[in-house]
Amino acid sequence: MNKSELISALSKKEGLTEKQASDTVNLIFKNFNEELKKGNRIEIRGFGSFVVRDYGAYTGRNPKTGGVIEVSPKKLPFFKVGKELKERVNSGK
Amino acid sequence: MTKADIVQNLYNKLGFSKKDSARIVESVFDIIKENLAQGEKIKISGFGNFVVNEKRARKGRNPQTGQTITISERKVLTFKASQVLRNALNE
Repeated sequence: MNKSELISALSKKEGLTEKQASDTVNLIFKNFNEELKKGNRIEIRGFGSFVVRDYGAYTGRNPKTGGVIEVSPKKLPFFKVGKELKERVNSGK
Repeated sequence: MTKADIVQNLYNKLGFSKKDSARIVESVFDIIKENLAQGEKIKISGFGNFVVNEKRARKGRNPQTGQTITISERKVLTFKASQVLRNALNE
């Protein structure tokens, strides 16, 4: 399911116009991006949480050429799946 | 940020009532969860992808007792941030 399919599903489920549904979905993920950019944690009960993790520099290799490359430090978002969703995904229900 | 902040934002910016905002936010996550539970991928352009991966059974160890145990096969959910988000975090 991609974002436009999510928008359609939401509009159908809640009786919203396509515009209202797309504004909603876009607002939620825009909020997520902004919060993570500020380094804030996002916690959605029953779904999971997002935190930004810092990764240090390391020496890596280009797997194609074998050449050594220096990988600079970076920040990456990390998602920890919530207990309820974890169980649902595993059981397929 | 929690669900309550998202609800507040929807209420402020999109003109839904508080009650509707809360229900709509709940619905968004319900739809996502339902699809993931069925093993469907969720792809949100500009944010990232949620993918269900099937893990095979493997032998592990209880780090406390050192005992060998079998970790059964299972499905796990992983998130991969989009390039847009990764770049935004490292600007």
